[in-house]
Amino acid sequence: MSLTAKDKSIVKAFWGKASSKADDIGAEAFGRMLTVYPQTKTYFASWSDLSPGSAAVKKHGRTIMGGIAEAVGHIDDLTGGLASLSELHAFKLRVDPANFKILAHNLIVVLALFFPADFTPEVHMAVDKFFQNVAWALSEKYR
Amino acid sequence: MVAWTDAERKAIQDIWGKLKPAAGQKLFTIARIPCLIVYPWTQRYFSSFGSLSDAAAIKSNKKVAAHGEVVLKGLGLAVKNMDNIKATYAPLSVLHSEKLHVDPDNFRLLGDCFTIVVAAHLGRAFTADIQAAWQKFVAVVIAALAKQYH
Repeated sequence: MSLTAKDKSIVKAFWGKASSKADDIGAEAFGRMLTVYPQTKTYFASWSDLSPGSAAVKKHGRTIMGGIAEAVGHIDDLTGGLASLSELHAFKLRVDPANFKILAHNLIVVLALFFPADFTPEVHMAVDKFFQNVAWALSEKYR
Repeated sequence: MVAWTDAERKAIQDIWGKLKPAAGQKLFTIARIPCLIVYPWTQRYFSSFGSLSDAAAIKSNKKVAAHGEVVLKGLGLAVKNMDNIKATYAPLSVLHSEKLHVDPDNFRLLGDCFTIVVAAHLGRAFTADIQAAWQKFVAVVIAALAKQYH
């Protein structure tokens, strides 16, 4: 389900509003994922504090949102733009790509929570498609 | 049998309290609408509902609104019978499989949409722990609805 021109402009416009809260969104979505989908904690077994609101969770939320910002910036060529991130996830982190969907779901929950008026069904669909395409680009190098 | 903690039971009853009655129906209608817009292939089951041609048509469609009430009543059954959802839903599962011929993956799509609508409605009160309890409840409902398919 590739992104239409309309999808891209909706995503960019919504990101314009949401990016001011990027740190909060990242921390909240990542923390929720660890709580609601505890199997995702297996990737962070070496961390001492996985509680929501911990410094490590907040920091990693920022890292994730940096990646999302990069994706928005490369929305016309996600595969090319996210190539090095894909290599990182494929060869170093070895995150099962099923987890991209799980994180995307939690990002969408948090976006709806923070921006109830702006997160219309049309925005929801464009953002959902965008995250699907980001997940696809991130899994490009896996095999 | 599903094991619910006291905290989980409380979370589900609290959310349900905030959703019903008139607010609940409106909320579920609102949940139905994103599902038909965000996952347009779900419209295949509603060809008798008249125009679903675009978001505006879906939002003003009276049959969509009325159907919201039907589904909400079904969800209420699960809330009232949390310790026996599988048995309570057996006839509903047969209905969806044998008569309505709904692909069970659609339950997951509607469940996700409803979760997002609840999140938007409750805001920060929809904490991570409450989201976990709610999603567990939705997963049990979905499993029960899919149980009688063969």
